[in-house]
Amino acid sequence: MSPKLYYLTVALTAPLFALAQQEETAAAVPFMYSTGRSYIVVAVIGILFAGIAAYLVHLDRKISRLENEK
Amino acid sequence: MRGKTYKVLGLVLVAFSLTYGLLTDIPDLPLLEQSIRNLFYHVSMWFAMVAMMAGSFGASLMYLRSGSRATDLKAESLAEMGLVFSVLGLLTGMVWARFTWGAYWTNDPKLNGTAITMLIYLAYFVLRSSGQDSKKTARIAAVYNIFAFVMMIVFIGILPRMTDSLHPGNGGNPGFNSYDLDNRLRAVFYPAVLGWILTGTWIANLRYRIKRLSH
Repeated sequence: MSPKLYYLTVALTAPLFALAQQEETAAAVPFMYSTGRSYIVVAVIGILFAGIAAYLVHLDRKISRLENEK
Repeated sequence: MRGKTYKVLGLVLVAFSLTYGLLTDIPDLPLLEQSIRNLFYHVSMWFAMVAMMAGSFGASLMYLRSGSRATDLKAESLAEMGLVFSVLGLLTGMVWARFTWGAYWTNDPKLNGTAITMLIYLAYFVLRSSGQDSKKTARIAAVYNIFAFVMMIVFIGILPRMTDSLHPGNGGNPGFNSYDLDNRLRAVFYPAVLGWILTGTWIANLRYRIKRLSH
């Protein structure tokens, strides 16, 4: 795996490890029911998506290069 | 980049659904509250899956007529992408279920039907890899794909509507297309579905090109 892909994967999945700290799903229920500060969520999701979109474009260009070499 | 239009459009529509989906007004529904927004994400996954599998089904039909290796690879790539969408749809549905129905899984025809469908398509990939990568394997796989698609329609589209179900749209429940789904939601949902179908097609296309390069 290329270094860039590895770091991207770590950066995007690191927040999930924070969620793993909640021991019981019963404790997670009030959290999952809360709202507010939704713009932060929009921004975060936007960043995640921008990263994935950039990766797709990068992949597409790389494959095009390989195809043109052949 | 070839096919730039549909690729950019797909990304733009998905990005739209990710932002507006979180910000748009929603109807005031009991129990669901903000989670009705999952309509744009969870349901889109399943719609996209059906589209991918339909494309794969079409490619399998074409392969049986033409015997073209490229068509066979397209069928495989689209089915792969369909399976990816189904996994995402299943996981998102389980989270949504836990915090609305109270459990990650219920003994529900729709849920069981989608799980069975996923197993059927997993068997398609096992079938493909069990042969010696020959034309014969490809023909058998194409025939299996056709049956798999038909069974998918039965298990997720027909059977759940005939029996009792918790899931919206089945067992006598109104689908999210009566009083629950108003035009504010539709305005984000339809672009989301189209966006995911286009993006899924793009990723399937990338996988297809990689397969062609390595043959």
